[in-house]
Amino acid sequence: MKFPAGLHFKTSVMILLMVVFGPLGDILLGKGMKHIPAMVSWAPRDISHFFFAAFTSPTVWLGIGSLLTFFIAYMVVLSWADYSYVQPASALSYGLIAVLAYGVLHEVITPARWAGVLMICFGVLVVGHTSPSTTTSTTSSARTSATTPATSGTASTTTNAEDSVTNGAVSGVVRAAPPATERVS
Amino acid sequence: MTQAIFFLLIIFPGTGGEICVSRAMKTIGEVTDFRPRAIARFIARALTVPWMWIGVAMMAMGFFALLGMLSVANVSFVFPATALSYAVGALGGKIFLGEKVTPQRWVGVLIVCLGVALVFIGKS
Repeated sequence: MKFPAGLHFKTSVMILLMVVFGPLGDILLGKGMKHIPAMVSWAPRDISHFFFAAFTSPTVWLGIGSLLTFFIAYMVVLSWADYSYVQPASALSYGLIAVLAYGVLHEVITPARWAGVLMICFGVLVVGHTSPSTTTSTTSSARTSATTPATSGTASTTTNAEDSVTNGAVSGVVRAAPPATERVS
Repeated sequence: MTQAIFFLLIIFPGTGGEICVSRAMKTIGEVTDFRPRAIARFIARALTVPWMWIGVAMMAMGFFALLGMLSVANVSFVFPATALSYAVGALGGKIFLGEKVTPQRWVGVLIVCLGVALVFIGKS
Protein backbone atom coordinates (compact mmCIF):
# COMPACT_ATOMS: atom_id res chain seq x y z
CA MET A 1 0.00 0.00 0.00
CA LYS A 2 1.22 3.47 -0.85
CA PHE A 3 -0.56 5.34 1.89
CA PRO A 4 1.08 5.89 5.28
CA ALA A 5 0.25 3.53 8.12
CA GLY A 6 -0.32 6.40 10.57
CA LEU A 7 -3.05 7.89 8.44
CA HIS A 8 -4.74 4.54 8.15
CA PHE A 9 -4.53 3.97 11.90
CA LYS A 10 -6.12 7.22 12.99
CA THR A 11 -8.80 6.91 10.32
CA SER A 12 -9.67 3.45 11.66
CA VAL A 13 -9.80 4.70 15.25
CA MET A 14 -12.20 7.52 14.33
CA ILE A 15 -14.42 5.21 12.27
CA LEU A 16 -14.49 2.76 15.17
CA LEU A 17 -15.69 5.58 17.46
CA MET A 18 -18.40 6.47 14.91
CA VAL A 19 -19.52 2.88 14.50
CA VAL A 20 -19.77 2.35 18.26
CA PHE A 21 -21.20 5.67 19.46
CA GLY A 22 -23.66 6.29 16.60
CA PRO A 23 -25.93 3.29 17.21
CA LEU A 24 -25.30 3.45 20.97
CA GLY A 25 -26.57 7.03 21.04
CA ASP A 26 -29.62 6.13 18.98
CA ILE A 27 -30.49 3.25 21.29
CA LEU A 28 -29.92 5.20 24.53
CA LEU A 29 -31.88 8.21 23.30
CA GLY A 30 -34.72 5.98 22.11
CA LYS A 31 -34.76 4.07 25.38
CA GLY A 32 -34.61 7.24 27.46
CA MET A 33 -37.39 8.95 25.55
CA LYS A 34 -39.68 5.94 25.84
CA HIS A 35 -39.58 6.18 29.62
CA ILE A 36 -40.80 9.74 29.53
CA PRO A 37 -44.54 10.39 29.56
CA ALA A 38 -45.67 11.55 26.14
CA MET A 39 -46.31 15.24 25.55
CA VAL A 40 -50.09 15.57 25.85
CA SER A 41 -50.52 18.96 24.27
CA TRP A 42 -48.60 21.97 22.99
CA ALA A 43 -49.54 23.97 26.06
CA PRO A 44 -46.45 25.69 27.55
CA ARG A 45 -46.98 23.76 30.81
CA ASP A 46 -46.92 20.39 29.04
CA ILE A 47 -43.96 21.35 26.93
CA SER A 48 -41.93 22.41 29.95
CA HIS A 49 -42.89 19.22 31.81
CA PHE A 50 -41.81 17.16 28.85
CA PHE A 51 -38.45 18.91 28.54
CA PHE A 52 -37.86 18.74 32.27
CA ALA A 53 -38.47 14.98 32.20
CA ALA A 54 -36.26 14.53 29.15
CA PHE A 55 -33.34 16.56 30.44
CA THR A 56 -33.33 15.02 33.90
CA SER A 57 -33.10 11.51 32.48
CA PRO A 58 -29.57 10.09 32.72
CA THR A 59 -30.27 7.77 29.78
CA VAL A 60 -31.19 10.72 27.57
CA TRP A 61 -27.97 12.50 28.56
CA LEU A 62 -25.90 9.40 27.87
CA GLY A 63 -27.59 9.20 24.47
CA ILE A 64 -26.87 12.85 23.71
CA GLY A 65 -23.25 12.37 24.83
CA SER A 66 -22.85 9.33 22.58
CA LEU A 67 -24.32 11.10 19.57
CA LEU A 68 -22.10 14.09 20.24
CA THR A 69 -19.06 11.79 20.38
CA PHE A 70 -20.20 10.24 17.13
CA PHE A 71 -20.54 13.58 15.39
CA ILE A 72 -17.21 14.90 16.65
CA ALA A 73 -15.42 11.75 15.45
CA TYR A 74 -17.23 12.20 12.14
CA MET A 75 -16.10 15.81 11.81
CA VAL A 76 -12.54 14.99 12.84
CA VAL A 77 -12.12 12.07 10.43
CA LEU A 78 -13.53 14.13 7.55
CA SER A 79 -10.85 16.74 8.17
CA TRP A 80 -8.45 14.43 6.36
CA ALA A 81 -10.27 11.39 5.01
CA ASP A 82 -12.41 11.07 1.87
CA TYR A 83 -16.17 11.17 2.30
CA SER A 84 -16.38 8.27 -0.17
CA TYR A 85 -14.16 6.31 2.23
CA VAL A 86 -15.82 7.24 5.53
CA GLN A 87 -19.44 6.79 4.41
CA PRO A 88 -19.24 3.12 3.36
CA ALA A 89 -17.01 2.32 6.35
CA SER A 90 -19.59 3.75 8.74
CA ALA A 91 -22.04 1.10 7.47
CA LEU A 92 -20.22 -1.28 9.84
CA SER A 93 -22.64 0.04 12.46
CA TYR A 94 -25.30 -2.26 10.95
CA GLY A 95 -23.07 -5.15 11.98
CA LEU A 96 -22.72 -3.86 15.52
CA ILE A 97 -26.49 -3.33 15.80
CA ALA A 98 -27.13 -6.91 14.65
CA VAL A 99 -24.58 -8.34 17.09
CA LEU A 100 -26.03 -6.30 19.98
CA ALA A 101 -29.60 -7.19 19.05
CA TYR A 102 -28.60 -10.85 19.03
CA GLY A 103 -26.34 -10.88 22.10
CA VAL A 104 -28.00 -8.36 24.43
CA LEU A 105 -31.64 -8.18 23.37
CA HIS A 106 -31.77 -11.86 22.29
CA GLU A 107 -33.56 -10.92 19.10
CA VAL A 108 -33.79 -13.38 16.25
CA ILE A 109 -31.55 -12.30 13.39
CA THR A 110 -32.60 -13.79 10.08
CA PRO A 111 -29.98 -15.48 7.87
CA ALA A 112 -30.60 -12.77 5.24
CA ARG A 113 -29.69 -10.11 7.79
CA TRP A 114 -26.49 -11.92 8.81
CA ALA A 115 -25.63 -12.29 5.12
CA GLY A 116 -26.13 -8.54 4.71
CA VAL A 117 -23.84 -7.83 7.67
CA LEU A 118 -21.14 -10.10 6.25
CA MET A 119 -21.50 -8.42 2.88
CA ILE A 120 -21.11 -4.97 4.46
CA CYS A 121 -17.97 -6.14 6.27
CA PHE A 122 -16.55 -7.46 3.01
CA GLY A 123 -17.42 -4.26 1.17
CA VAL A 124 -15.79 -2.16 3.88
CA LEU A 125 -12.70 -4.37 3.65
CA VAL A 126 -12.52 -3.66 -0.09
CA VAL A 127 -12.96 0.10 0.44
CA GLY A 128 -10.47 -0.05 3.31
CA HIS A 129 -7.76 -1.20 0.93
CA THR A 130 -7.94 2.08 -0.96
CA SER A 131 -6.18 5.22 0.25
CA PRO A 132 -8.24 7.00 2.94
CA SER A 133 -7.28 10.40 1.57
CA THR A 134 -7.04 11.22 -2.12
CA THR A 135 -7.73 14.95 -2.26
CA THR A 136 -5.41 17.24 -0.31
CA SER A 137 -1.86 16.58 -1.47
CA THR A 138 -0.46 18.14 1.70
CA THR A 139 -2.39 15.71 3.80
CA SER A 140 -1.31 12.46 2.25
CA SER A 141 2.26 13.38 1.40
CA ALA A 142 3.07 15.07 4.70
CA ARG A 143 1.72 12.15 6.65
CA THR A 144 4.39 9.78 5.35
CA SER A 145 6.88 11.11 7.86
CA ALA A 146 4.43 11.23 10.72
CA THR A 147 4.57 8.34 13.10
CA THR A 148 1.60 6.75 14.83
CA PRO A 149 -0.91 9.54 15.27
CA ALA A 150 -1.39 11.48 18.40
CA THR A 151 -3.87 9.60 20.46
CA SER A 152 -1.75 10.16 23.54
CA GLY A 153 -0.20 13.35 24.74
CA THR A 154 3.40 12.24 24.39
CA ALA A 155 3.12 11.06 20.81
CA SER A 156 1.53 14.31 19.71
CA THR A 157 4.59 16.34 20.58
CA THR A 158 6.64 14.93 17.72
CA THR A 159 3.75 14.78 15.31
CA ASN A 160 2.92 18.43 15.81
CA ALA A 161 6.50 19.49 15.45
CA GLU A 162 6.79 17.71 12.13
CA ASP A 163 3.49 18.93 10.85
CA SER A 164 4.11 22.54 11.64
CA VAL A 165 7.19 22.32 9.43
CA THR A 166 5.72 20.30 6.59
CA ASN A 167 2.26 21.77 6.32
CA GLY A 168 2.41 24.73 8.60
CA ALA A 169 0.03 26.86 6.61
CA VAL A 170 -2.84 24.43 6.83
CA SER A 171 -4.79 25.42 9.88
CA GLY A 172 -5.13 27.15 13.17
CA VAL A 173 -5.14 23.81 14.90
CA VAL A 174 -1.59 23.24 13.73
CA ARG A 175 -0.53 26.82 14.32
CA ALA A 176 -1.94 26.84 17.79
CA ALA A 177 -0.26 23.59 18.68
CA PRO A 178 3.25 24.66 19.77
CA PRO A 179 2.22 26.74 22.82
CA ALA A 180 -0.06 23.94 23.98
CA THR A 181 2.73 21.42 23.61
CA GLU A 182 5.08 23.56 25.66
CA ARG A 183 2.62 23.71 28.50
CA VAL A 184 2.32 19.93 28.54
CA SER A 185 6.02 19.22 28.40
CA MET B 1 -44.77 10.13 -8.23
CA THR B 2 -45.09 11.29 -4.63
CA GLN B 3 -42.92 8.39 -3.60
CA ALA B 4 -40.28 9.31 -6.16
CA ILE B 5 -40.18 12.85 -4.79
CA PHE B 6 -39.82 11.56 -1.24
CA PHE B 7 -37.12 9.24 -2.46
CA LEU B 8 -35.10 12.13 -3.87
CA LEU B 9 -35.85 14.21 -0.78
CA ILE B 10 -34.30 11.59 1.47
CA ILE B 11 -31.24 10.76 -0.60
CA PHE B 12 -30.13 14.17 -1.80
CA PRO B 13 -30.40 16.40 1.29
CA GLY B 14 -28.96 13.60 3.43
CA THR B 15 -25.87 12.84 1.36
CA GLY B 16 -25.65 16.42 0.08
CA GLY B 17 -25.54 17.65 3.67
CA GLU B 18 -22.81 15.19 4.54
CA ILE B 19 -20.81 16.30 1.51
CA CYS B 20 -21.14 19.94 2.62
CA VAL B 21 -19.92 19.02 6.12
CA SER B 22 -17.05 17.12 4.54
CA ARG B 23 -16.17 20.17 2.48
CA ALA B 24 -16.23 22.37 5.57
CA MET B 25 -13.88 20.01 7.39
CA LYS B 26 -11.46 19.96 4.46
CA THR B 27 -11.22 23.76 4.49
CA ILE B 28 -10.13 23.65 8.11
CA GLY B 29 -7.45 21.07 7.49
CA GLU B 30 -6.26 17.86 9.01
CA VAL B 31 -6.58 17.41 12.76
CA THR B 32 -3.21 16.42 14.18
CA ASP B 33 -3.68 17.25 17.84
CA PHE B 34 -6.16 15.02 19.63
CA ARG B 35 -6.22 16.59 23.07
CA PRO B 36 -9.67 17.78 24.18
CA ARG B 37 -8.72 21.44 24.08
CA ALA B 38 -7.45 21.20 20.49
CA ILE B 39 -10.56 19.27 19.43
CA ALA B 40 -12.76 21.95 21.01
CA ARG B 41 -10.84 24.61 19.09
CA PHE B 42 -11.30 22.60 15.90
CA ILE B 43 -15.06 22.40 16.43
CA ALA B 44 -15.30 26.11 17.21
CA ARG B 45 -13.51 26.82 13.94
CA ALA B 46 -15.77 24.42 12.05
CA LEU B 47 -18.83 26.34 13.27
CA THR B 48 -17.54 29.47 11.53
CA VAL B 49 -17.48 27.78 8.11
CA PRO B 50 -20.71 28.43 6.12
CA TRP B 51 -20.53 24.98 4.46
CA MET B 52 -20.94 23.43 7.88
CA TRP B 53 -24.26 25.21 8.47
CA ILE B 54 -25.51 24.51 4.95
CA GLY B 55 -24.63 20.85 5.54
CA VAL B 56 -26.37 20.64 8.91
CA ALA B 57 -29.47 22.34 7.49
CA MET B 58 -29.58 19.89 4.59
CA MET B 59 -29.11 16.92 6.91
CA ALA B 60 -32.01 18.17 9.02
CA MET B 61 -34.11 18.50 5.87
CA GLY B 62 -33.29 14.92 4.91
CA PHE B 63 -34.26 13.75 8.40
CA PHE B 64 -37.63 15.46 8.29
CA ALA B 65 -38.24 14.18 4.75
CA LEU B 66 -37.63 10.70 6.11
CA LEU B 67 -40.14 11.25 8.91
CA GLY B 68 -42.63 12.63 6.40
CA MET B 69 -42.16 9.67 4.12
CA LEU B 70 -42.60 7.22 6.96
CA SER B 71 -45.96 8.75 7.79
CA VAL B 72 -47.15 8.65 4.17
CA ALA B 73 -45.50 5.67 2.53
CA ASN B 74 -44.69 2.15 3.55
CA VAL B 75 -41.58 1.54 5.65
CA SER B 76 -40.27 -0.82 2.99
CA PHE B 77 -39.55 2.23 0.90
CA VAL B 78 -36.85 3.40 3.22
CA PHE B 79 -34.32 0.67 2.63
CA PRO B 80 -33.64 1.12 -1.07
CA ALA B 81 -33.18 4.82 -0.36
CA THR B 82 -30.73 4.13 2.47
CA ALA B 83 -28.82 1.58 0.40
CA LEU B 84 -28.72 3.83 -2.67
CA SER B 85 -27.38 6.74 -0.65
CA TYR B 86 -24.02 4.96 -0.44
CA ALA B 87 -23.66 4.95 -4.22
CA VAL B 88 -24.90 8.54 -4.45
CA GLY B 89 -22.42 9.48 -1.73
CA ALA B 90 -19.47 8.03 -3.65
CA LEU B 91 -20.60 9.83 -6.80
CA GLY B 92 -21.00 13.07 -4.85
CA GLY B 93 -17.56 12.70 -3.31
CA LYS B 94 -16.11 12.30 -6.77
CA ILE B 95 -17.99 15.20 -8.37
CA PHE B 96 -18.17 17.78 -5.59
CA LEU B 97 -15.11 16.98 -3.50
CA GLY B 98 -12.76 15.80 -6.25
CA GLU B 99 -12.11 12.49 -4.53
CA LYS B 100 -10.47 9.71 -6.49
CA VAL B 101 -13.03 6.92 -6.45
CA THR B 102 -11.00 4.05 -7.89
CA PRO B 103 -12.71 1.02 -9.44
CA GLN B 104 -11.78 -0.90 -6.29
CA ARG B 105 -13.57 1.65 -4.12
CA TRP B 106 -16.62 1.51 -6.41
CA VAL B 107 -16.74 -2.26 -6.03
CA GLY B 108 -16.52 -1.91 -2.25
CA VAL B 109 -19.25 0.75 -2.16
CA LEU B 110 -21.58 -1.37 -4.30
CA ILE B 111 -21.01 -4.41 -2.06
CA VAL B 112 -21.87 -2.24 0.96
CA CYS B 113 -25.05 -1.05 -0.85
CA LEU B 114 -26.15 -4.63 -1.43
CA GLY B 115 -25.28 -5.56 2.15
CA VAL B 116 -27.35 -2.69 3.58
CA ALA B 117 -30.28 -3.66 1.36
CA LEU B 118 -30.00 -7.26 2.57
CA VAL B 119 -29.95 -6.14 6.22
CA PHE B 120 -33.21 -4.27 5.68
CA ILE B 121 -34.80 -7.10 3.73
CA GLY B 122 -33.78 -9.52 6.48
CA LYS B 123 -35.47 -7.38 9.13
CA SER B 124 -38.95 -7.73 7.73
